Amino acid sequence: MADTSEQIIEVRDVDYSRGRLEIFKGLNINIRRGDVTAVMGPSGTGKTTLLRLITRQIVPDRGHILIDGVDIGKLNLKDLYRLRRRFGVLFQNGALLTDFSVFENVAFPLREHTKLPNRLIRHVVLTKLHAVGLRGAADMMPGQLSGGMARRVALARAMVMDPDILIYDEPFVGLDPISMGVIVRLVRKMNDALGITSILVSHDVQEIASVADCSYLISNGKVAASGSPTELKNTQSKLVQQFMHGMADGPVAFHFAAPDYEEQLLGRDVEQ
Amino acid sequence: MFRDLYITLKEFLRTFGAMQLFFLRLLSNSPSIFVKRFNLVVHQVHNAGALSLVIIMVCGLFVGGVLGLQGHANLSKFNAEDSVGTFAAFSLIKELGPVITALLFAGRAGTALASEIGLMKVTDQLAAMEMMAINPLRRVLVPRFLGGVIAMPLLVAVFTTVGLFGAHLVGVSLMGVDAGAFWQQMRSTLEMGDIYEGIVKSIVFGIVASLYAVWEGYNAIPTAEGVGRATTRTVVLTAIAVLILDFMITAVSI
Repeated sequence: MADTSEQIIEVRDVDYSRGRLEIFKGLNINIRRGDVTAVMGPSGTGKTTLLRLITRQIVPDRGHILIDGVDIGKLNLKDLYRLRRRFGVLFQNGALLTDFSVFENVAFPLREHTKLPNRLIRHVVLTKLHAVGLRGAADMMPGQLSGGMARRVALARAMVMDPDILIYDEPFVGLDPISMGVIVRLVRKMNDALGITSILVSHDVQEIASVADCSYLISNGKVAASGSPTELKNTQSKLVQQFMHGMADGPVAFHFAAPDYEEQLLGRDVEQ
Repeated sequence: MFRDLYITLKEFLRTFGAMQLFFLRLLSNSPSIFVKRFNLVVHQVHNAGALSLVIIMVCGLFVGGVLGLQGHANLSKFNAEDSVGTFAAFSLIKELGPVITALLFAGRAGTALASEIGLMKVTDQLAAMEMMAINPLRRVLVPRFLGGVIAMPLLVAVFTTVGLFGAHLVGVSLMGVDAGAFWQQMRSTLEMGDIYEGIVKSIVFGIVASLYAVWEGYNAIPTAEGVGRATTRTVVLTAIAVLILDFMITAVSI
């Protein structure tokens, strides 16, 4: 275990449940400064919920989440918003503001938070758009963009305030191989060039293997395994093996919990 | 059955209370947004007001025209057709102007607001703003609320004016009422109090219609059906609230 000062985010013994459904039970995760950390897990394990906990869109039932040693559960609204300025979040679908052009979308956080002159804003925005290769699309509207382009614009917007921590929620879903490769390279490039910390939520094992320094596999509300992607691939655990190699059946059953098949087809479960 | 009634009542009170709190939050943020982000408010006044102008003016013209026809037809039974102007002015300024404008506003601007905000929620735009440390209440909701509140009295004024013009067109130009009598009777019977009543109504309806639109949009269930339902509820609830409040204000001011 590394020295604690290297940890930028610590999730300690977190429990979280939605209604009766228990999502996390005693979850512990440490995210090291400057790393690309991947959070993996089968669908429905609460990966997105974890991101929402880290950014305090929701509050855990028990346990603490520390960012730079500060418990975010204790912040008031003003400090919370100040903290959020250190985050850049890339939403699954981009979440671009549909009324604004690509340029205005990227400029949006700058216009809201700073009083920079227009010339400087233009300069910063064009730089960020150039970094994601979409300087030429500055005047387009979000509706005219493909899924991959929208996500790159969202990435430019997430970076525009120069955050310390960039969070990607399922950045590879539904992308063609070329766009996927572009995003994978961007994640790594941004992380190293800007010296930030990146958190990736995904279940695309191959992509994660090529980009992450460290990954956590979450299952049943806990961390099932952690380590570098190569370490994970070589683990003996059946669950990890099933996930890393994409096998249909194993500890994570293919079937969602259901009554007995035969009984149900014969209609006996209704009579009871 | 009593249990169902109890649950319904509890749910109603909870929603009602939440709405009051929401209203207070809107109000407490309004002054600073009005001063610091005046351009956002102006933009929303344009959206809710200027873009509703055509429908308001067309409806106003025809409502005034009907008042001219009905007024003339019925007042002439008492040889009082010269009072068409007074009749139209009282109806328009005190009742029809504020009420019909509010109903049209709910249908045109209210639905647009509710569905816009609802869709912003569905597509994670509000969550994204929150993650950019921008409070959606201040950036999205308050300007739209203020825009509606400011636009409504202006629209009522336009509706009433065009309505009077329509009544004049029918009563004087078509039915041959004397123009001097039309305006003079109106001037001598109409008091400032009547106009104030209309103004008070227009402000109250503006607040109610904008509040419902913003509230329903913000609390829409983030699905296609949820947004659809929010839009419908905006129109229905605004219509009910406006008619009830109209009765109450009239009862108090008479």
